[in-house]
Amino acid sequence: MTAAMRPQVSACPACSAAPAAEALAEAQLPDDSHVVLSLPTIHCANCIRGVEAALAAAPGVRSARVNLTMKRVAIEADAGLSAEDLIPVVTAAGYEAHELDTGALSATQTDKAGRDLLMRLAVAGFAMMNVMLLSISVWSGAEGPTRDMFHWVSAAITLPTIAFSGQIFFRNAWSALRAGRLNMDVPISLAILLAVVTSLWETSLSGEHAYFDAAIALTFFLLTGRYLDHRTRSIARSAAEELAALEVPRAWRLTDDGEEQVSVADLRIGDLLRVRPGGRMPVDGEIAEGQSELDRSLLTGETVPVYAAPGTLVSAGEVNLTGPLVVRASAVGRETSLHRMADLVAVAESGRANYTPLADKAAKLYAPGVHILSALAFVGWYLYTQDFRVALNIAAAVLIITCPCALGLAVPAVTTAASGRLFRKGLLIKDATALERLSEIDTVVFDKTGTLTAGAPEVTNVEDFTRADLEIALALAEGSSHPLSVALTTALRARGLAPAPVTGITEVPGHGTQGLWQGRRVRLGRAAWVGGGSSDLTATWLAVGDGPAQVFTFADSLRDGAEETVSALIKAGKRVILISGDSTAAVEALARRLGIPHWIAEALPQDKAARIKALTDEGARVLMVGDGLNDTAALAGAHVSISPATALDAARVASDIVLLGNSLAPLPEALTLSKKATRRIRENFAIATWYNVIAVPLAIAGLCSPLIAALAMSASSITVSLNALRLR
Amino acid sequence: MNILLYLIPISLFLGGMGLLFFVITVRTKQYDDPEGNAARILSGQYDDKPKQD
Repeated sequence: MTAAMRPQVSACPACSAAPAAEALAEAQLPDDSHVVLSLPTIHCANCIRGVEAALAAAPGVRSARVNLTMKRVAIEADAGLSAEDLIPVVTAAGYEAHELDTGALSATQTDKAGRDLLMRLAVAGFAMMNVMLLSISVWSGAEGPTRDMFHWVSAAITLPTIAFSGQIFFRNAWSALRAGRLNMDVPISLAILLAVVTSLWETSLSGEHAYFDAAIALTFFLLTGRYLDHRTRSIARSAAEELAALEVPRAWRLTDDGEEQVSVADLRIGDLLRVRPGGRMPVDGEIAEGQSELDRSLLTGETVPVYAAPGTLVSAGEVNLTGPLVVRASAVGRETSLHRMADLVAVAESGRANYTPLADKAAKLYAPGVHILSALAFVGWYLYTQDFRVALNIAAAVLIITCPCALGLAVPAVTTAASGRLFRKGLLIKDATALERLSEIDTVVFDKTGTLTAGAPEVTNVEDFTRADLEIALALAEGSSHPLSVALTTALRARGLAPAPVTGITEVPGHGTQGLWQGRRVRLGRAAWVGGGSSDLTATWLAVGDGPAQVFTFADSLRDGAEETVSALIKAGKRVILISGDSTAAVEALARRLGIPHWIAEALPQDKAARIKALTDEGARVLMVGDGLNDTAALAGAHVSISPATALDAARVASDIVLLGNSLAPLPEALTLSKKATRRIRENFAIATWYNVIAVPLAIAGLCSPLIAALAMSASSITVSLNALRLR
Repeated sequence: MNILLYLIPISLFLGGMGLLFFVITVRTKQYDDPEGNAARILSGQYDDKPKQD
């Protein structure tokens, strides 16, 4: 995408205002361009062939490689070739394609961390298998020099492996200790290190018990938990990144010699920008030229389009509907209202930071308990036997037995299973603790526009018109791409009407469309222009000749599954509240239609956030579902939040869960699944605790041999994993 | 039991080879697109002109 704009920079060296910057661009001009396209519809081997063959045949393309798992294609092409040139090639081959902003995709980084973890896991797994095999012969009665040799071989395998694979735990534990905290990694590191040290000492004295196998098995099981955790998160992260990358931040700047395409980051205050119909305002500013209508629903929740003419102030994120506009930027980048909302979000978020995940709660109880127990065992046995070696051996056994092997697996295994299942249903869990928080909620707050409604209007009063008038309206509506016109066209076409012979149809941006019918002027558009009255609802007016203007009223169509979701939530005993920035009439109508008892209309963004805070202070656990900029603060302030994929980037960033599909239907199911998942986590903690309750007395009594330790550890890890998998 | 002196190093060597190959597959990004690879192997089309690096 950067490669696409550079030739334009260098095409006009004489008139460039910044020769230095241009020279820089010249110097960095790459000899090839790297384009990534998203291919949401590919699914089979033929699709791969089709896309790759079509792209390979295109001039200038060096290579194209499809990734079916990510549904993407990476293209290496000659410099100057951009996504705009390549998308038609793929579309012509029959596949939907969208450009992805390569800057927003940092998948390679997460990949690196994942691969690193996988490598450590593989090394630990390899070492564990070998050490376990050697241990079997020890357990089955190898004695004397044979046993010593096996111990030494085990040590030779274990020490380098732990030094390599265990690093993650040691590093985390060290940083926690330095900050004066205890986390799960502290007892883990201590157990591994103590086990290795005592085993080495025992081996050098040709002792009977060595815990190399336990130390390495511990490392392996815990790394498995870490890897599962990482995978779940990186899948969610890459899907979230993909959503962000689909919105390439770009604007068309007017310069003395025409238009140039620039990245939004390069805009300056005072720049003149062209915003085409259907485009989104990249900056805050003032309209300099043109007339149109603006859709502000993402910012304010209002569904009625606003008339825009030179002098009208616009905010970043508003959508231009009918005519091309020229906007003079008054605030760019971080100063735009879009970004100022981020401050509100930061304040709201501080409330949520207090949430402690279940695993941390367990660790807080667990870590000190384990250390005290092990120290007591050591002191007790030392006083009893006066033998340092025996006491140390027992302390090590206690630490190994109590080490949270199952605890480390309990949470990741459940969240992996649950997130995977929800992902297939179209829910993307972005935050690690979102599932736990989702299971606690008792109140659901919905935004109206774009969340419960699909943002596409529906005509409500077609019956009030004569057939002739409808046919005229259809003819006029077809001449415009305004959302209301499109809705009218769809509704009238569905009734089998054909357009009346209206001639000379022209669209007057910001006002409506007009034409001539049987020598009379006909108009369809805004009330003031057509000569109509006023209406609380979203409306458009039709005037035939000098006759009175008649009104078409519109209601928002419901989002798929909205009705079922709301009724399922109410049936499940949740308090459902509707808060919207839209007019009272529109909100009330929707609340009545869906059977929502509590609703608040004309709410400002601050009101929404304040309402959520008030509910939270009353002790309610609030789930916020919203999509607009005006919802971001509320989304961030709620106990847990969900936004649809169509939401603004800012709203998606602020929420914990993203709905990938169009339907709201997965919501109630997600609630039940999250409850189930939390129950499984608790069950897993209980299993791990019971195993400790049985094995710890054995260890303290000095009856715990390495064989018992190995058996108990593996058994509990497997039980916990299987219990997690029951969630599917 | 002296046979152990040979067998232990041999088994470690063989296991190590397996580990080494696994490391190579991770390094060459063979786990980045499991679905795509599963589909590609079934494709009847052959790449007559592989890319010359």
